[in-house]
Amino acid sequence: MSTTTDVNVPSPTPPGAPRVSIGQRLQGLGGNARQYGIFGALVVIVLLFQVLTDGKLLLANNVAALFQQNAHIMVLAIGMLMVIVAGHIDLSVGSVVAFVGGVVATTMRDFDAPWLVAVLVGLALGALVGAWQGFWVAYVGIPAFIVTLAGMLVFRGLALVVVGETLAGLPSSFIRISKGSLPNVLGFLNNMDVVTLVIGALAVAAIVVSQLRARSALRKHDLHVEASGLFLAKIAMIAVGIGILTVILSFSAGGTPIVLVIVGVLVVAYSFLMGRTVFGRHIYAIGGNRAAAALSGVNTRKVDFWIFVNMGLLAGAAAVFTTARAGAAIASAGQNYELDAIAACFIGGAAVTGGIGRIAGAIVGALIMGVLNMGLSILSVDPSWQMAIKGMVLLLAVAFDLLNKRRAGTQ
Amino acid sequence: MDTEHILEMRGITKTFPGVKALSDVTLAVRRGEIHAICGENGAGKSTLMKVLSGIYPHGTYDGEIVLDGEVQEFRGIRDSERQGIVIIHQELALSPYLSIAENIFLGNERAARGVVDWNRTNAEASRLLARVGLAERPDTRVSDIGVGKQQLVEIAKALSKEVRLLILDEPTAALNDEDSAHLLALIEGLRGEGITSIIISHKLNEIEKIADTTTIIRDGQTIESLDMHGDDPVTEERIIRGMVGRPLDHRFPDHTPVIGEEVLRIEDWTVHHPVDQARKVVDGASLTVRRGEIVGLAGLMGAGRTELAMSVFGRSYGTRISGRLFKNGVEVTAGSVQEAIGHGIAYATEDRKRFGLNLIDTVQHNISAAALGTLSRGGVVDREEESKIAERYRKDLNIRTPTVTALVGKLSGGNQQKVVLAKWLFADPDVLILDEPTRGIDVGAKYEIYTIINRLADAGKGVLVISSELPELLGVCDRIYALSQGRVTGEVARADATQEHLMHFMTMDKDGIAR
Repeated sequence: MSTTTDVNVPSPTPPGAPRVSIGQRLQGLGGNARQYGIFGALVVIVLLFQVLTDGKLLLANNVAALFQQNAHIMVLAIGMLMVIVAGHIDLSVGSVVAFVGGVVATTMRDFDAPWLVAVLVGLALGALVGAWQGFWVAYVGIPAFIVTLAGMLVFRGLALVVVGETLAGLPSSFIRISKGSLPNVLGFLNNMDVVTLVIGALAVAAIVVSQLRARSALRKHDLHVEASGLFLAKIAMIAVGIGILTVILSFSAGGTPIVLVIVGVLVVAYSFLMGRTVFGRHIYAIGGNRAAAALSGVNTRKVDFWIFVNMGLLAGAAAVFTTARAGAAIASAGQNYELDAIAACFIGGAAVTGGIGRIAGAIVGALIMGVLNMGLSILSVDPSWQMAIKGMVLLLAVAFDLLNKRRAGTQ
Repeated sequence: MDTEHILEMRGITKTFPGVKALSDVTLAVRRGEIHAICGENGAGKSTLMKVLSGIYPHGTYDGEIVLDGEVQEFRGIRDSERQGIVIIHQELALSPYLSIAENIFLGNERAARGVVDWNRTNAEASRLLARVGLAERPDTRVSDIGVGKQQLVEIAKALSKEVRLLILDEPTAALNDEDSAHLLALIEGLRGEGITSIIISHKLNEIEKIADTTTIIRDGQTIESLDMHGDDPVTEERIIRGMVGRPLDHRFPDHTPVIGEEVLRIEDWTVHHPVDQARKVVDGASLTVRRGEIVGLAGLMGAGRTELAMSVFGRSYGTRISGRLFKNGVEVTAGSVQEAIGHGIAYATEDRKRFGLNLIDTVQHNISAAALGTLSRGGVVDREEESKIAERYRKDLNIRTPTVTALVGKLSGGNQQKVVLAKWLFADPDVLILDEPTRGIDVGAKYEIYTIINRLADAGKGVLVISSELPELLGVCDRIYALSQGRVTGEVARADATQEHLMHFMTMDKDGIAR
């Protein structure tokens, strides 16, 4: 085997080597700064409203309500992020929420089904709707924008057919999903719900352990790890953040909202799906360069199809949350949900062109929107103005992101 | 006024955060000459041209630009164009759905009070097209003409701006020999009209042919300026020595093939154009590749080389594909890319940016992209193993990247190409089809790619190399097929092959071929 003969091969040009490495180092820092930037923005907005509302924003019951009122957006944002990373869009989720909500309510009211059966029907129907749209996008090749624009009209129409105007009088066991909290089985400690404290402690422990393991794995292979100071600071910030949240929640009327647990589990599961599995990797590959992914043997149609099935499934979950929170199915429910979910993804750093975006970013984006909603409501800002302000925040967030990238690009 | 030099760039230094891209570069271009700039990728050629054309505005660099004896301070590309400096980039900047005439006058419309004068537009476009020797109607859509003709449209566009100094960045990289020859003749013709050209090219034979002066840049510095009409003829070897800083005795590594059993055979393979379905793009082609053998596929543009390769690779190109495919002597079908990979066939594309890589993802993720299945259990990727493998290929193929978690888009062309190769090496195919494996990469990296190709053959794989550069095929391959108009017109063993011999087959008219 003729390996490289040192006579003939020009060695790496000496000034070339450090050139790349310095550029890369700056770039890496920029990437991290962006990651932290969105969390920083959330913290700043929370503190801002905490001051503006004279401390009302972070009252225990308000924090619990924040999660209860925004769970559906967070769940939709998870699905939407995957759709957006793959280079698509879904405009229909609001209508799907109304339609599935109507069917879920009908199942309980007209067929006397237990709430669990109704929930499963809702999830299955959502997945079916997703399969319908996925079929047109993936196997017929119609752009998702068109397919889901049609879906937006179709499913809003079906929602009106199923619901009429409102279907009220749903069982309290169902309403509990959105309004209830975990039972206080462990009693209180200085007025703090012990179940909440335990969950908080477990969450912190899990995060610290997983971060340490990831870091040591990188170390083991001599791969680049961030500076230990930065790493410790990051861990400490996460721990403190969750700690504060846990303590505040433990003082709330019910303790830990059930939806928070569900959303938490979904975030962990979907982060794993996107970051660690072949399926997730294929989504990023398709969004980054569809042709290259196809020529690498990725079945792009299949991936597209399942992304939409998943989006439908999560829209079904969002429908359950929304219907349970309202205690009724409403034909006009879910208006603008698609826009909120899309906004959450873009505020959270997803790229319009696909290929870039993280679940955690989308969740933080959804929280920023939620905190804005709640803070402005506490300040009794007119809802019309709330809308305008949210629009401006979306615009500025993406503009800031773009300028940041441009600065990083013109090295 | 300095009458000899139209342009002088003096002491140009350009720094990016932490990096000196250009260091005290000097460039003197005489009026009416063709001035070539040579250098390896990353040497600073493009940066220098961006400084000259105002893409990097005055104030972001040190040194001065003197045009016709006057110091210029360009704040943008419009400023430099006003002075008659026009740059034509490697990636053409034409709008595909507009007509030739519209493209020529884009941003410079022939209009009165905001209303386009179409008669004048088309008439002037016709005159310009005649000047560049392009026989197309001015209302033809740009997407309907080939790359070679698009290049001519770019030049017509430059002429419409009353260009005095024309800068061409790799103008012939995507062109076949015929189109290249026409383009070079045109540049020489423009010289006759008094237009000065700066040409950046990796094709040293072309430079040797048309340049009056050659400036060599290495590591952001001017190394030397060679007078091409001096007493000592400047050879390709001479230029290469300047570019790499030492003589490059062998452009191709030595290799003794150990050829085994047949691994791939294609029989009577016919492919129709995906849109114009009546047209045969590949017409009854048959070929074989054996283990340990490096087989070349020569052909002019439009001969159907890439189309043949991609249609074999899971029908990634074309419709109404017929013919038989044998793997290790057994007939197989490969109706999808997944199936083709499953049969141990891999295809590394000629256009790595569009079809080969996910530029916004990491080196590591790109390397594992074609064989994630082998790295995962229950659908979960083993990231440790993935890092290890990426690291192994980084060392093995000498991929120059600070870490395997760096973005592929930040690497140079040669290193990107190595990532593409690493991806397919990791997929561990039996047959590897390499489409233009050294396009747009510099001399040193080419040598490394050739070495990798030899190692693949030594490992018992069959390698099929598609290339537009005949010396490359002659230097690397054990056997070469020539393709013309979709048909295999000749098969030549390395020992018998010369460029002339191959060119004879490559230009054969398909009606003259006995099948």
